[in-house]
Amino acid sequence: MTGRDNENLNKKYLEYVDSLSPPTSHFKNCLRAFGVGGLICCVGEFFRVVLRDVFLLTGDELAGTVSITLIFLGTLLTGFGVYDRIGRHAGAGSIVPITGFANSVASPAIEFKTEGMVYGLAAKMFIVCGPSLVFGVVSGTVVGLVYWLIAL
Amino acid sequence: MNSEIMSKYAEIAFGFLKAFTVGGLICMIAQVVINYTDLTAGKILVIFMVSGIVLQGLGLYQYLVEFAGAGATVPISGFGYLLANGAIQGAQKGLFGAITGSFSAASAGISAAIVFSFVMALIFRSRSKKN
Repeated sequence: MTGRDNENLNKKYLEYVDSLSPPTSHFKNCLRAFGVGGLICCVGEFFRVVLRDVFLLTGDELAGTVSITLIFLGTLLTGFGVYDRIGRHAGAGSIVPITGFANSVASPAIEFKTEGMVYGLAAKMFIVCGPSLVFGVVSGTVVGLVYWLIAL
Repeated sequence: MNSEIMSKYAEIAFGFLKAFTVGGLICMIAQVVINYTDLTAGKILVIFMVSGIVLQGLGLYQYLVEFAGAGATVPISGFGYLLANGAIQGAQKGLFGAITGSFSAASAGISAAIVFSFVMALIFRSRSKKN
């Protein structure tokens, strides 16, 4: 068989696969993201209410403790392999909440542990979340500098 | 007295409803972006964190936080809000505060993410092969 025939065959095969695979439903994806994202926020709201009304935390301490609790849950579920299973169905619903940030730190750390503690676990830990920290701190500092200049 | 307790419960229930709706909507916007652009998780995190910072830089995101509570703070844009808010508060104390503000506000979340991930990586083994 010549190369061109092979190419045609590949093309036809891909078309055939496309015609049989179920259409990706954007609407369904969005609904799932809405539901899962909303539920994770409700878990956060639950911890916020408990920490506020039972442990009597306020302000920054309250917000920080809620974040730490959710990050702990996110890394734990990543360790058990549950979070990736949720993510396969929920899409953005599991990426955007802070648990998704925790997942993006813990997941490469666990995966690259086999390459060693320093250049595997520790170095690869920031491979997904590193860019968001870079852009976050840079633009946060820009905001701080702008406010400082305005106040001068 | 009784009606006071009832109204408190109603307020908490309404808080959950608001958190679910707003948090879900933010995730749904991200899903729409993914559907039409095929962006990966890393870029989505960057976009939403920076948009949270920009919105709070303009002084807008705090209203969403007041309204929706965890619905606005749990998504990664809420982390951006925290960074920007720390920088703004630091800027009131001077130039040094403006530079250190954003990182010190986010330190709880970043430290927790690093420490817990480190511990989990020591405990668990990768199971991506199994599924």
